[in-house]
Amino acid sequence: MREALRRTLPVIVVVAALLAVWYAAALVVDAPQGALAEKRPLLPTPQQVAGALLAGILQPPTSPRSLIYHAGVTAASAAAGFALAFVLGIGLAIAIVNVRLLDRSLMPWIIASQTVPALAVAPMVVVVLGNIGLTGLVPKALIAAWLSFFPIVTSMVAGLRSPERIQLDLLRTYSAGGWDVFAQLRWPASMSFLFPGMKVAATLAVVGAIVAELPTGAQAGLGARLLAASYYGQTLQLWAALVMASLLAVVVVGVVDGARGVLVRVRGGRL
Amino acid sequence: MPAGDLDPVAVIANGLSLTFGSGPEVTPALEGIDLTILRGEFVSLIGPSGCGKTTLLRAIADLERPTGGTLVVNGLTPELARRQRAYGYVFQAPALYPWRNVERNVMLPLEIMGLSRAERRERAQRNLQLVGLSDVARRFPWQLSGGMQQRVSIARALSFEPSLLLMDEPFGALDEITRDGLNLHLHELWRTTGMTTVFVTHSIPEAVYLSTRIVVMSPRPGRIVEVIDCDLGAERPLEIRDTPEFTAIGSRVRHALHAGTPHA
Amino acid sequence: MRAAGAPIAFGLIVLGLWQAACTAFHIPRILLPAPTAIVAAFGGNLPLLGADFVQTVLRSVLPGFALGSGAGFIVGLAVDASPFLRRGVLPVASLAGALPIVGIAPIMVMWFGFDWQSKAAVAAVMTFFPMLVNTVAGLEAPGAMERDLLRSYSASPWQTLEKLRLPAALPYIFTALKLDTTLALIGAIVAEFFGTPTVGMGFRISTEAARLDLDVVWAETLVAAITGSALFFGLAYLERLVTFWRPAFQSGSEKEMR
Repeated sequence: MREALRRTLPVIVVVAALLAVWYAAALVVDAPQGALAEKRPLLPTPQQVAGALLAGILQPPTSPRSLIYHAGVTAASAAAGFALAFVLGIGLAIAIVNVRLLDRSLMPWIIASQTVPALAVAPMVVVVLGNIGLTGLVPKALIAAWLSFFPIVTSMVAGLRSPERIQLDLLRTYSAGGWDVFAQLRWPASMSFLFPGMKVAATLAVVGAIVAELPTGAQAGLGARLLAASYYGQTLQLWAALVMASLLAVVVVGVVDGARGVLVRVRGGRL
Repeated sequence: MPAGDLDPVAVIANGLSLTFGSGPEVTPALEGIDLTILRGEFVSLIGPSGCGKTTLLRAIADLERPTGGTLVVNGLTPELARRQRAYGYVFQAPALYPWRNVERNVMLPLEIMGLSRAERRERAQRNLQLVGLSDVARRFPWQLSGGMQQRVSIARALSFEPSLLLMDEPFGALDEITRDGLNLHLHELWRTTGMTTVFVTHSIPEAVYLSTRIVVMSPRPGRIVEVIDCDLGAERPLEIRDTPEFTAIGSRVRHALHAGTPHA
Repeated sequence: MRAAGAPIAFGLIVLGLWQAACTAFHIPRILLPAPTAIVAAFGGNLPLLGADFVQTVLRSVLPGFALGSGAGFIVGLAVDASPFLRRGVLPVASLAGALPIVGIAPIMVMWFGFDWQSKAAVAAVMTFFPMLVNTVAGLEAPGAMERDLLRSYSASPWQTLEKLRLPAALPYIFTALKLDTTLALIGAIVAEFFGTPTVGMGFRISTEAARLDLDVVWAETLVAAITGSALFFGLAYLERLVTFWRPAFQSGSEKEMR
């Protein structure tokens, strides 16, 4: 109990302090306009944002003003992209670890490509795919997949390679075949590397889905909402959409952590 | 600080006790330790795991705080002695900084004490020569073997000329052959410098070979079982380990160890 | 550089197949231009690309990166001074780093206007958190033995920081710096998707894509890729020089054995 308190109390204090600074800054910054009455404050106070957020959440779920609806659209693309990246990423990681040639020719490109700003190609991908008739979820999912692909591949490769020499040697003394080495040693060992990579990949999938909604003037999704709010100068809606996007990211990370928790329990306490 | 100006008594412990933790999770590491170490002695602390030998060494170094009794180092509290840089500490691992070469590692304490560059250089070279590592002064720690790294850490401990040398199983991680060489080396170092040394070890032959006195400790709670004099004389070639006198002292130590530790 | 042989060969093969496929199957340039077409577009648009590069990279990315990383480092040092602060700030900063920070771009535009300042601000915020988290983690890295050693020398906290903790933290700081160059570049470009004066890589990409003038988009993407790689590998080289002592950088390390 003391341990739990020791860990959470500082966080609560820091968050409270940040909220207090935010509130004070809002009052100062908006003073010329008379903050609390203003509909388009330069810096809304925490409660104004909370109010707009709540209003957005409480809308009927199919209405275009509902933040839940927009979050759902974004989440759908992110999830589809993540799933695609997951399957391809793990497949490629297994291939890389087992085929020396792939490792030496492909892996450097994978690492190098992380330095290329993938989001910069988002408009092009959306437009090109739109031209061949693929609109809506597909281009967004592809961009999300592209972004989340790399953390999955790199973490999985590191994980598959993590067993120590002596563990591999032990299996050799059992005359274990390639499949056994993979299934009994490499795959289980890779899990503790994979999950942190999946957390990063999940947040990137959300970012990718949001950014993919920008170029085409899409109507639905949190990115679209951000864009629309910024065009029409609707400050509060802008902040509310941003907070919603953050909540989505938190939920997504929570899901990955939850999955990890399940696996930990199945494994008997440790990954 | 020339040895002559110092208190002839280096360390006195009186009824020293040290308990870790509080409430229901109390671990008594040391209880009722009475020990006097004179200037110029080489005292080994030996005992099984958990007997408090490392804790006692760390208490002398002011790296742990006693919870009872008194402890005096160079006539001062351990904290004041530490502030005056009274001792050099050698750990179980070399603890060298990999971003510094050997020479600069030895100079580390001298930088902290604010010595001039020329002075630092001179002392580092002198102490590296003392441990026989002058020719690797420009190498980096990861380019040296484990034994050589430990010798560098010894040179570093000696570089600021402390009045006391505290060593915590410094050769424990090394193989026996390297260990033998280092034991000989350390012994000759002690003979040359006359440095008061407190040495923690697991190894009976090592303790008997190096020491003028051997303090046998036992665990749960850590206390002194027996203090055995080890008067094998100042000249100690490695062959001395085959002599009957050596074996006799070793047996006494072994008996004291067994007496202190109830066996099944 | 023998290790570079395989990936270079692989890259060339892919380029060759790409070029061949485009010419053989007459793939429309709107869908996928051939490498030669991209290079032509690159050469043919140099003034434009140059202006965009100046606006985005020189005016937005670099200042944003410097500001965000610098602030992250300083705050990291400050947070490190108090264990309470460390326990409170670290989880919050880690969480913040996982959020879609690019979304603050419209707010930055509202505060700082359409020009490079708002884009630099986005880059700064994005680079702040990884640097903060890594600085604190790096300062904590040295083990008890190394710290006891300095305690035995009665070293002051400042000396401990200068002689032990900062050098030991450098690997972590470089990890953050490398990540930060990528984040700053992405942040600035994506921030331009939200509105910018009529110059800038992000602006160019989004408007030319909408006009289906994909040659320019590919050329801009090429510039972005080269910039991102140059920054990253430049830092990696610097890292090698400064943290030469890391086990990972020693030849014959165990990493090779599988």
